[in-house]
Amino acid sequence: MLLIHCPYCKEKLPELEFEYAGQAHIARPDNPAEQTDAEWRDYLFIRSNVRGDHAEQWRHSHGCGRYFNALRNTVSDKFIATYEIGQACPTSHAEGEENNEQLES
Amino acid sequence: MAFNSTVETLPQMGRFSLRCKRENTVAMSKALGFELPSSISETAQSGNRSVLKLGPDEWMLTCLMEERSAIERSFAAIYPDAVHSLTDISSREVSIRISGPEAEELLTTSCPRDLAVLKSGRGVRTIFDSVQVILTREDNNQFRLDVWRSFVPHVMGLLTVAVAEFECGL
Ligand SMILES: [Zn+2]
Repeated sequence: MLLIHCPYCKEKLPELEFEYAGQAHIARPDNPAEQTDAEWRDYLFIRSNVRGDHAEQWRHSHGCGRYFNALRNTVSDKFIATYEIGQACPTSHAEGEENNEQLES
Repeated sequence: MAFNSTVETLPQMGRFSLRCKRENTVAMSKALGFELPSSISETAQSGNRSVLKLGPDEWMLTCLMEERSAIERSFAAIYPDAVHSLTDISSREVSIRISGPEAEELLTTSCPRDLAVLKSGRGVRTIFDSVQVILTREDNNQFRLDVWRSFVPHVMGLLTVAVAEFECGL
């Protein structure tokens, strides 16, 4: 079974206690009424489809209950890092992002 | 091999869910009469009251049923200065106690956690065959499962089957 490190519980715990919650670091626009239709559509629906390291949100739903962020490789399914909400995405893997192939729509 | 463990449901106990910000934990501890545990999975107790830290801002408080109104009053008194949420969830769950030399192994039949690393006196929210539970290790060979009422027949059913299998040496 996949073990995921929860940054709040500070423990590696079984995947069954967690749930995936979409791409990370997508900030809600401060004033949605000022958004153009295209900008609002992008905020709501447009996500990257990374083949490689992907920053995403997870929730330790059957544990401490907290949302946190994780950097996970979508090919190997390996978790590179997990970190608390509000922290920056670990930059040590920036070079990995260049290797990400974006799947064209 | 003799099987010497027991599985029993416990009489109703008082239970509260307490949520508050870090800066208010000192006031909470004062209202409670002893210090709230500061790291997740830690418990603290005094007399009949015990507190388990479940999340960064969440604690479960257990007590005698008759103590509940006194606890509600003492927390209500500090509310204006230390905002928090204290919810009586006494009837939400039923507690099941599993005790005996095979207790840990019995739980591993449906719990994905590595129970060997859960020390005595610690507790966690986890999962038991898809049911969310609060699992406390009361002693080395004694565990308590707090299970939402409607899931109790399912959990007890699984434990009964596991006990039967252990008894006939499977
Ligand atoms: Zn956690």
